[in-house]
Amino acid sequence: MLAWVIQGVLSFLASIGFGIIFNAPRKMLFYCGFVGMMGWLVYFAFNGMTGDAVQASFLGAFTVALFAHIFAKRFRTPMIIFSVAGIIPLVPGGMAYNAMRHIVENDYLTSISYASQAFMVSGAIAMGLVFAEVIIQLIFRAGVGRRGKKTI
Amino acid sequence: MEDKELAIDCCLLAGRLMMEAGAETYRVEDTMVRMAGTQMLSSTHSFVTPTGIIFSPGSSYHTKLIRIKDRTTDLEKVALVNDVSRKLSTAEYTLEEAYAKLKEIEQANVMFPLWLQIIAAAIASGCFLILFDGLWIDVPIAVLAGGFGFVIVTKIHELTRVKFFAEFIASLFIALIGFAAIQGGIGTQLDKIIIGAVMPLVPGLLITNAVRDLMAGHFVSGLSKGAEAFLTAFAIGAGVAFVLSF
Repeated sequence: MLAWVIQGVLSFLASIGFGIIFNAPRKMLFYCGFVGMMGWLVYFAFNGMTGDAVQASFLGAFTVALFAHIFAKRFRTPMIIFSVAGIIPLVPGGMAYNAMRHIVENDYLTSISYASQAFMVSGAIAMGLVFAEVIIQLIFRAGVGRRGKKTI
Repeated sequence: MEDKELAIDCCLLAGRLMMEAGAETYRVEDTMVRMAGTQMLSSTHSFVTPTGIIFSPGSSYHTKLIRIKDRTTDLEKVALVNDVSRKLSTAEYTLEEAYAKLKEIEQANVMFPLWLQIIAAAIASGCFLILFDGLWIDVPIAVLAGGFGFVIVTKIHELTRVKFFAEFIASLFIALIGFAAIQGGIGTQLDKIIIGAVMPLVPGLLITNAVRDLMAGHFVSGLSKGAEAFLTAFAIGAGVAFVLSF
């Protein structure tokens, strides 16, 4: 239980930190942190359950985009403000690092496996974002009626 | 006729500001076409890439091209421009007001102060160390290295204007700090320290935006953003690798 609280608080802080680096509007910083926390907790839960970083990243990114959309509709701002900071904890920095490290050590085979994993994870993050966006638009259009607004 | 020229300039300015602030390609195209639509310009087309915007305001006007030189991530600017475009389409602003407002946004410096950004980068680095299963004893080193790396990347970028060089030097220093801490006996896991401290430099936004643009059919922007992300990642990796190879 304590682990969950720690993970939640730290991912919240990290996302706010990135909100500041990316210069998100001041009033939105709290929501940036919230979006990042939800995304990371979903990732953490599924990664712990299945051990598959690709699926967990997909679900994490999906959650991030879902909340980002809800906040974007509520505050009438572009959704990118919330999603960018929220996505950062999911980015496969560790895998990319390991890939690079093994290249330096002339261990190309291991590095290829890390690199392809990193590629799959970033693909999964992008898929999660796009899927959530499409689904939200479908629901929104069905609920509010045709507005003919172009998405994606 | 005068009026339409102003409307075209207004669209171009909005597009350039958004692209320079790191908005998604589809949003920039969408905003420009929508703004043009409210100003009675019909059959407009805009073609946005990360390095330039081509905008054709119908058959009776000249097609315009605008160059984008510098790209940063400034989400507040995206929000402000978006707000102007929305108010223009709901007729809350007149065209002149909207143009003046956009000029104001172009001049304004809405970034957070540098010291706050450095602290944010440092804290984020410490948080990532724990999120990536690091040990609590390593947190101070990661905080130090992350903050220091961010200072270096900003200063060298200001000095040389070469982004990849700045990132290379910054990650080199991060790895050196981590390495020195291990040698000095105050750090334990070199890998985790470096990964945590390097996170503020990682091109996460570029990677995801690149794949999203590709999926949305914006192949030119997708590929060029992907190339930028790859070069950035390579610069960071090379800096770290340089230290690790000893």
